[in-house]
Amino acid sequence: MNMSIQEFLQHMTNGISLGSLYALIAIGYTMVYGILRLINFAHGDIFMLGVYITFYGIGFTPIPWYIIFLLAPILTGLLGLLLEKLAYKPLRESPRITILISAIGASFLLQNLGILVFGGRPKAFPTPAVLGRILNIGGVSVATVNFIIPIVTIILLFGLNFFILKTKTGMAMRALSKDYEAASLMGININGIISITFFIGSLLAAMGGIMWGVKYPQIIPHMGVMPGLKCFIAAVIGGIGNITGAVLGGFILGLGEILLIAFLPSLTGYRDAFAFILLIIILLVRPTGLMGEKIAEKV
Amino acid sequence: MKKKSLYLQIGIIVVALIALFFMNIYMDNYKIKILNLSAIYVVLALGMNLINGFTGLFSLGHAGFMAVGAYTVALLTMPLETKTMNFYMKPMVPFLLNLNMPFIFALLAGGIMAAIFGFLIGAPVLKLTDDYLAIATLGFSEIIRIIIINIQSVTNGSLGLKGIPQLTTGNMSEKLSWLIKIPIRTNLLWAWGIAILTMVFMKVLMNGSYGKAFKAIREDEIAARSMGINLFKHKVMSFTIGSFLAGIGGGLLAVHLGTIDPALFKFALTFNILLIVVLGGMGNINGTAISAVIITVAMEVLRFLDEPLKLGFTTTRALPGLRMVVFSLALMIIVIFKREGFVKSTLEKVRGKYAKN
Repeated sequence: MNMSIQEFLQHMTNGISLGSLYALIAIGYTMVYGILRLINFAHGDIFMLGVYITFYGIGFTPIPWYIIFLLAPILTGLLGLLLEKLAYKPLRESPRITILISAIGASFLLQNLGILVFGGRPKAFPTPAVLGRILNIGGVSVATVNFIIPIVTIILLFGLNFFILKTKTGMAMRALSKDYEAASLMGININGIISITFFIGSLLAAMGGIMWGVKYPQIIPHMGVMPGLKCFIAAVIGGIGNITGAVLGGFILGLGEILLIAFLPSLTGYRDAFAFILLIIILLVRPTGLMGEKIAEKV
Repeated sequence: MKKKSLYLQIGIIVVALIALFFMNIYMDNYKIKILNLSAIYVVLALGMNLINGFTGLFSLGHAGFMAVGAYTVALLTMPLETKTMNFYMKPMVPFLLNLNMPFIFALLAGGIMAAIFGFLIGAPVLKLTDDYLAIATLGFSEIIRIIIINIQSVTNGSLGLKGIPQLTTGNMSEKLSWLIKIPIRTNLLWAWGIAILTMVFMKVLMNGSYGKAFKAIREDEIAARSMGINLFKHKVMSFTIGSFLAGIGGGLLAVHLGTIDPALFKFALTFNILLIVVLGGMGNINGTAISAVIITVAMEVLRFLDEPLKLGFTTTRALPGLRMVVFSLALMIIVIFKREGFVKSTLEKVRGKYAKN
């Protein structure tokens, strides 16, 4: 395999920025699963909504793009919260399969609403000129956005970590994911915490979505499906319910995917299968994920 | 009592077959197509109900097994000329080029292929439970689809296969021409014959010891194990039979549509079948069959929503996608407000009204 060091570094930056995006989206899955034990199938479509809100915000309002980049995630977060209230909250006491089906139904509803409202044809994401520039550092040419993505991700992760470890709400969140019933007996406002969880998860997904739009500027209403599935896989690989694990899983998946194509170009067609194969290997070898705790079977 | 209900069921089947025979003659092609599709969904939904409803294994891999069945049937029934016409990008492997067999054997081969895949996938994966199993089976179904896209010399890749021979009753219409003047056209009896056969098979299976073991596993795995039920064997068995039915359904679908491509077998297809199962009631054979017909017909009836609507004086412009929005919305409302299988509860209500025994 002949690959110059420059080429290799180029692939690495690409992989790291993709991994950061996966990590941001995977956090939403893992947080919701940690508390509700629910695979939020609609998370990928919330991500899509975030991208489209940004698209319309930049294209149809006079507000400058950097403010839109901050407003759109908040709006998406509120939509995520609304989704929980409408589709999941009424089913909290029902069997898990019912709520999972509701989640899958919500995902399909959002996709089809997307086609109806936004149109089924691909649209071009309006990339701000600053982010689209190509930088050349020692023979490694990289789009600015590929530098910015990991930086923004790290800032967001520090913020999230602070929130979860140092604030009262964060503590309640951790308590809820450790033991749902005991936490509710301790006077924790469960509905409030769940709403906040969905808000934060959707906000991070929208942040990831905006950067995704800048990196891959073609957007369609179905764009959330594949990243959604892959990020869920990332969350499982890292050990679902564990935020550090989700970030780790995201990076493993993003880097692995890019490096696979870089080193074995003949397998390009199998790019999407990589995540699934990795998932199955992990599930068979270490079902609780890389950082998950082992839970003994209760008899 | 038991004998009576058996006679009743045989009677219903005979009446249904006679009705189908006449429907096949007098209904127009469009209606027959919809009815056919319903029958195919009955087979598919029963297969999924066996895995998800009766055995309690949450599997989301149906579309993958359907793809295996559909491609097997298509490749085994397509004549040589159609194959060479389809494979213009990359020639087909010579071994498959000349392979050809009658429909019924091809369909069986499709089912068996899907069952083999089901066995190979099920054996390692069925150790997992709940959500993990769901995601792993979904993953396998996607892997099957991606492999189909990539082995172009066998499956023609993402171009798909066109011109799969449609089923006709062959020269039967000539033999029967003294009786009926109108030719028998399509495969209504085929599809419904297999659907009824599947229903009978499921009833027999579920009343036997295997069926009872499946249900015991669904209710409580640990209790079932302590009663001496081999969990692994029964889970793999249920999964393999379900995959077999998925393969049969996929093969019927391929013949019904005439063209297949990998995009058809996405997760959306599994979702459709899952909805039929859920609305019909998990672990309910009659409910599944009824909801399969209702959903398929509803999908067609709602088709007018995609066209320009006449609302009083104004006509809206065509809104592609509205149909699916209405459909998914209706289903979500049903799932949220009617938790215990829509058709099942309705059936019970009707029964309670007219037959108080």
